[in-house]
Amino acid sequence: MVNRVVTGAHYGLRDWLIQRITAALMAVYSVTLAAYLLLQPHLDYDVWTGLFSSQPIRTFTLMFLLSVFYHAWIGIRDIVMDYVKPASVRLVIHVLVILVSLLYAAWAVQILWGM
Amino acid sequence: MKFKIYRYNPDTDAAPYMRDYDLDIEAGDKMLLDALILLKEQDDSLSLRKSCREGVCGSDAMNINGRNGLACITPLSSLSEPVTLRPLPGLPVIRDLIVDMTQFFKQYHSIKPYLINNDPPPETERLQSPAQRAHLNGLYECILCGCCSTACPSFWWNPDKFVGPAGLLQAYRFLADTRDHATSERLDDLEDPYRLFRCHTIMNCVDVCPKELNPTEAIGNIKDMMVKRIV
Repeated sequence: MVNRVVTGAHYGLRDWLIQRITAALMAVYSVTLAAYLLLQPHLDYDVWTGLFSSQPIRTFTLMFLLSVFYHAWIGIRDIVMDYVKPASVRLVIHVLVILVSLLYAAWAVQILWGM
Repeated sequence: MKFKIYRYNPDTDAAPYMRDYDLDIEAGDKMLLDALILLKEQDDSLSLRKSCREGVCGSDAMNINGRNGLACITPLSSLSEPVTLRPLPGLPVIRDLIVDMTQFFKQYHSIKPYLINNDPPPETERLQSPAQRAHLNGLYECILCGCCSTACPSFWWNPDKFVGPAGLLQAYRFLADTRDHATSERLDDLEDPYRLFRCHTIMNCVDVCPKELNPTEAIGNIKDMMVKRIV
């Protein structure tokens, strides 16, 4: 096979935009949660479980975690693109990161709805 | 004044080395290039590119005390000693301060740096309003010295795939030109994880540009055009 430089994968904009949107969502969630926790006079187990028993909070938390995973996937892929040159090794790392992110997402659902 | 200059002649040297020079010169209002020309009289094996000596041709771009710039418009009085001179980082060295700019110009050519307009040529010029013409300010002034692209870590890692700040500034120069009709094709060409989106807004390009241009802003404008196109 010839070894030519090939570009033009056409997903640059999509991932760049998703990384910005997920960052905004993570910022809103982090500030909201931090503010809520700081405003609690007595922060104990009951307050904590009470907070996460509400469906909107669970959903918001899941959205936050999915944002973390997608954001991290794009970031890690960017690093791998810079430092790992052989396409085969890169593909293996990509697949592993996707699988781990999916595992974490499933685990997050299990934790949030199992509380 | 004391100088430390990167020397490498691939025909005779096994590896590059730094050579010390001492030059009897008053900084005054002289520029670094004046000192380099005097040093070359001392040691005519010292190689560098120069031409216009007034910051217009972009030939004498080099790494001056760790920062890319043009020797001809860098005042000697602004430099701390020893003045350390190296070739532009990230490009193959031909000899001493001369680098091989092939990769840089390959990326520049890849963005089709010329007006694409298939309309029949009008009898006079293709006109623009003053407001339309104003959009090209800060874009057309680039002299392609290579200071920005060779200061960009993304360009160091992927010089074969990432267009680099100089090329992207020029890409936006034609995207912003109302006389150009290839906007969509130009955006298609850059819609790529490497060609445009290797830029991580590090802004070394803005920091070093000797013409005080802003490639990061131009790259942001290209991204804006792409977002507008899909939403």
